Amino acid sequence: MGIKSLDDLKKIREDSLKKVNLRETGKDGENITEIMVGMATCGIAAGARVTLAALLDEISKNNLENIRIIQVGCLGYCHSEPIVQINQPGKEPLLYGNVDDKKARDIINKHILKNELLDDSIIINTFQKA
Amino acid sequence: MDKIRSHIMVCGGTGCVSSHSEELISALKAALVTAGYDQEISVIKTGCFGFCGQGPIVKIHPDNVFYVQVTPNDAEEIVKEHIVKGRTVHRLLFEEPEMKGKLESHDDMTFYKKQYRIALRNCGLINPENIDEYIAFRGYEALGKVLTEMTPEDVFYMIKESGLRGRGGGGFPTGLKWELTSKSEGTEKYIICNADEGDPGAFMDRSILEGDPHSVLEAMVIGGYATGAHQGIIYIRAEYPLAIKRLKIAMDQARDYGLIGKDIFGSGFDFDIIIRLGAGAFVCGEETALIHSVEGLRGEPTKKPPFPSESGYKGKPTTVNNVETFANICPIILNGSPWFKNIGTETSKGTKVFALAGNVNNVGLVEVPMGTTLREIIFDIGGGIQDGKGFKAVQTGGPSGGVITTLDLDTPIDYESLKNIGSMMGSGGMIVMNDTTCMVNIAKFYLEFTQDESCGKCTSCRIGTKRMFEILTKITNGDGTMDDLEHLDALARMIKDTALCGLGQTAPNPVLSTMNYFHDEYLEHVNDKYCRAGTCKALSKYSIIADKCIGCTACARVCPVKCIEGKAKEVHVIDQSKCISCGACFDACKFDAVLKP
Ligand SMILES: Cc1cc2nc3c(=O)[nH]c(=O)nc-3n(C[C@H](O)[C@H](O)[C@H](O)COP(=O)(O)O)c2cc1C
Ligand code: SF4
Ligand code: SF4
Ligand code: SF4
Ligand code: FES
Repeated sequence: MGIKSLDDLKKIREDSLKKVNLRETGKDGENITEIMVGMATCGIAAGARVTLAALLDEISKNNLENIRIIQVGCLGYCHSEPIVQINQPGKEPLLYGNVDDKKARDIINKHILKNELLDDSIIINTFQKA
Repeated sequence: MDKIRSHIMVCGGTGCVSSHSEELISALKAALVTAGYDQEISVIKTGCFGFCGQGPIVKIHPDNVFYVQVTPNDAEEIVKEHIVKGRTVHRLLFEEPEMKGKLESHDDMTFYKKQYRIALRNCGLINPENIDEYIAFRGYEALGKVLTEMTPEDVFYMIKESGLRGRGGGGFPTGLKWELTSKSEGTEKYIICNADEGDPGAFMDRSILEGDPHSVLEAMVIGGYATGAHQGIIYIRAEYPLAIKRLKIAMDQARDYGLIGKDIFGSGFDFDIIIRLGAGAFVCGEETALIHSVEGLRGEPTKKPPFPSESGYKGKPTTVNNVETFANICPIILNGSPWFKNIGTETSKGTKVFALAGNVNNVGLVEVPMGTTLREIIFDIGGGIQDGKGFKAVQTGGPSGGVITTLDLDTPIDYESLKNIGSMMGSGGMIVMNDTTCMVNIAKFYLEFTQDESCGKCTSCRIGTKRMFEILTKITNGDGTMDDLEHLDALARMIKDTALCGLGQTAPNPVLSTMNYFHDEYLEHVNDKYCRAGTCKALSKYSIIADKCIGCTACARVCPVKCIEGKAKEVHVIDQSKCISCGACFDACKFDAVLKP
């Protein structure tokens, strides 16, 4: 499909907007949980592929639905790669750092399934954006 | 039902741990048990909040209430008031200095969030391989606006007004550069994105291309429209395979939507983009060398003028801009130049991305408004120096820059202020060094890099940087003389004055700046054959810690050159001018009193 006017662009934007709101504020999203994994060169070098595989594995083992995994770029927290962000409807998005295989599994089994945040792993968002 | 209803997040970053956040955690846990809430509320240790000066920090999730300077004594009150009764403990809220109001919600704390992201706005937030997500964050809206509502003059005028300056190092006003190309004769023009990123330690351009490639593509089309170019070229080093892959995916998706190609937004404007791979030579980041490399010639600089805006790629008017410069364009178009102009200092508007590295706790990419001080970057965002060591200096500007010491930690940084203190903005590498870093060695490291990367075209740069590197090597080996210091200085000034391109003109900066701020360290290396940081192995000497030495004489007995003096049961001393660094005394001492360099 081609975009030939600002209106065409707006239509595509509106279709994607729900996702964005979930990520920024946890508000107004679809009833879906998003897990974002930082997959820039720095993340991959720190083991993000293992993290991603572990998340997918636990999701399929637990037959979880309404959950979506998304690969994103670098958030700038290189000291704590691999980074995983959890966006749940109605909740403030949360970031985890140094997510290895075990922590990735804990994220699904504790955070997602039991609403227990993981100790010693949360990264605080330290920026505002334009 | 979820069992846990709320979490108390306590900062476990290095800064807060040193101000007793661990004890606070225990106190909170105990208070929860006493109140009988330990099953529904859990205490979590988090990473640094980037606000170490106000630590320890506590945040209640999901209420989003943010407490500062919380001591273990405050634990009971937080639990009794906030958790049990649901009442905020006002006493512990952060008071914003300018407004004198107490801030309750974490999101309100714009002041506390020292980072402001314009160029990195989408990095880590969108899937870079999905154009729809970019569009959801107002992607391609700026392009639509430009092509349907603005003339090329409107565009470069707006960028000029915004005060945006090139982020590739030089800081040339971007709007003016666009205007110059636009006004050059001819209909065949080009616009090039410089993604060579040769400064060792810098990776902000790579992160932007990997995390948000469309932001650069969109801005290139806008730049093409403003300057009258219909062809864009991205010059990127082949060592960035992931960035190249994501750029290609992004280009395909943009082409499918008709956002690059023919008749974009039905405006009649055609624009296409190609990728050219570079072999990763530092000098190819210099714009004239880059253009030669794109043309398939040797990557050597040529003299300016003529500037690329008059005669660039294939001799046609060409604009060369850095990746981060492009990443700033769309927000300016969408939010207007007054918005952008409001951020930053008198001469430098907007933000700058830095790659924070070295002996600092939170290494990573940071984007801060121009005018932020180094102290804020290193001690708040960066979380201070690793392992509780002291701060010695920070190096900015990579191989073209210099060191900045405690004297200038509170200088608001922008293009001019950094130049005034003998460094430069450069592309944004920022290497923090603790008090065990040898400054002569740092200078040697950069000169080793530049003498290797010199293209060899001019004698002063080709031979001069090599001679400087040799002299520095001699000094760090302990063979330096006072004459060497004079020669270093003379060579540095000569190269600066006679080199053709920026590489040679700035290559001596790391030496000049360290000689200026750390002259005594050079003297120690030369005169005393002593390296206080212990980095220069040839100069490193063993010593005895007086407090630990019990005077057992074991070391003196094994020393092959008999340079350890001391009576039995008295503190022993090593005569470092005779020590040959064999390490025998270190092995002999059973009391950890001998210090290995
Ligand atoms: C030795 C040398 C290396 C350079 N390397 C880069 C580089 O890697 N990336 C970059 O954008 N600019 C680099 N530059 C600056 C470019 O010549 C040019 O000024 C810049 O790309 C212009 O873009 P801007 O106005 O958007 O900053 C380098 C300059 C010199 C002298
Ligand atoms: S200054 Fe150095 S890098 Fe630049 S053209 Fe001369 S020899 Fe080449
Ligand atoms: S290192 Fe060797 S030479 Fe130096 S003081 Fe110790 S034993 Fe003597
Ligand atoms: S061996 Fe250790 S304790 Fe004994 S005299 Fe030497 S330095 Fe002192
Ligand atoms: S360590 Fe707690 S805010 Fe930085």
